[in-house]
Amino acid sequence: MGDKTMTAEEVVSRLASGMTLGIGGWGSRRKPMALVRALLRSDIGDLTVVSYGGPDVGMLAAAGRIRRLVTAFVTLDSIPLEPHYRAARERGGFALTEVDEGMFQCGLRAAAQRLPFLPVRAGLGSDVMRVNPDLRTVTSPYADGETLVAMPALRLDAALVHVNRADRLGNGQYLGPDPYFDDLFCEAADAAYVSCEQIVDTAGLTKGAAPQSLLLKRLSVTGVVEAPNGAHFTSCAPEYGRDEEFQRWYATTPWPEFAARFLGSDEAAYRAAVRDWRKEEERKEEER
Amino acid sequence: MRFTRAEYCVIACAEAWRGAGEVLASPMGLIPSLGARLARLTFAPDLLLTDGEALLVRPDGTPEGWLPYRQHLELVAGGRRHVMMGASQLDRYGNQNISCVGDWALPRRQLLGVRGAPLNTLNNPTSYWVPRHSRRVFVERVDMVCGVGYDRVAGLGGAARFHRLARVVTDLGVFDFATADHSMRLVSVHPGVSVEQVREATGFPLAVPDDVPFTREPGAQEVRLIREVLDPAGARAREVPEGTGS
Repeated sequence: MGDKTMTAEEVVSRLASGMTLGIGGWGSRRKPMALVRALLRSDIGDLTVVSYGGPDVGMLAAAGRIRRLVTAFVTLDSIPLEPHYRAARERGGFALTEVDEGMFQCGLRAAAQRLPFLPVRAGLGSDVMRVNPDLRTVTSPYADGETLVAMPALRLDAALVHVNRADRLGNGQYLGPDPYFDDLFCEAADAAYVSCEQIVDTAGLTKGAAPQSLLLKRLSVTGVVEAPNGAHFTSCAPEYGRDEEFQRWYATTPWPEFAARFLGSDEAAYRAAVRDWRKEEERKEEER
Repeated sequence: MRFTRAEYCVIACAEAWRGAGEVLASPMGLIPSLGARLARLTFAPDLLLTDGEALLVRPDGTPEGWLPYRQHLELVAGGRRHVMMGASQLDRYGNQNISCVGDWALPRRQLLGVRGAPLNTLNNPTSYWVPRHSRRVFVERVDMVCGVGYDRVAGLGGAARFHRLARVVTDLGVFDFATADHSMRLVSVHPGVSVEQVREATGFPLAVPDDVPFTREPGAQEVRLIREVLDPAGARAREVPEGTGS
């Protein structure tokens, strides 16, 4: 059984411009931000990004890396509207496939099951049908004759997710209250890269945690990256909550300034820059 | 006793869940949340509530179940839920927009996105909460149909059988779609609000019955619960301040 551990840079070296990339988590919750930061340090672009969107989408949009976004929403949760995403949309920065949350889940499920589509009631009657002229309906062959949306599979070239713990083989575990859709993202993708707070021995996964917390199976995981604090500044329960102060700074700072200060070098430099930022903020607070 | 506008709004939101039975109440926004919890503590004791994340909780916070997003979406499709969503725009047949303002292809203002509004409106009873009733919200035509209105489901056949828009609550009054053509109707105005004021703040012709009652007052127990248990810090006044209303 192979050791799948790698660095974030190695993950990025396996990605390429033009790919369809699924990003796990939800809004500003347990996003694989360390992997997104590594992606931002590369010159990969022209991406089709599939995400329940949060700052992952905001950053990639601000940096001009997205050709098309597939989503149901983009939000920072405590800040309802993602400012960098909004700005990019309002300047026509990329193409958008806007579907409902349930349709999105259906699309991932269809991809995971290698089906061309799955029927879903959501979308009918709404402008999701208008803004996605390629969407088709399907009629039940049974007596009800009901017409439903045929949500196409959201097949991914690669998926990026972040969980609490994993072993070197790619068995991934979440310890917070919500798995989100990270297993579906991995199963819908040709290659799935999992960052985690901590790599542990396989036996360590079930010490003090129930087996149903083992969300990701190694057969659908390609690479494992140990990235402590790797969801920062989004939440990663129970390890840490959202860094609200830093998120607010991200949301109110012009993108070039943010990128120059935090995304220049590597993850260690990012962490150091965040520490410096925090000290500076505390100093400002004391002076007030 | 004198009640604030925000307190009338809480009562009007709570009433959306009267008789709902053993279903999930999904309020979005502070005042709908207060309303749902008030209903749960008084006349709708079988309601289920979440902690806003992945747990089903009793009013005192005790977890009684698990509801991560994946199960929440399944539950919506199963229909045992009454959601109260917000609306950036709402038209006379109940089409709702939270996605963007202007042309979708290049929006003037990008908002949240459709979220789960298409799913919600075709699967379970849906109500809306609008904290600032104005012509900017109540428009002739929404720019992007996220939540599906009555005119839009008319042609959908069997897939529309679970569509029901229960009520709209705003800082001015309560509305429903119980007219012959399912256009929006004024049900009650909050004390201190005139029918004319509501008409003025609505960007389409509103169905108005001859006699429009006032929204009911909170009972003694309800006032106590709102002021002492559910919102002792008075956050409700920030969502609906006094002395406003249009």
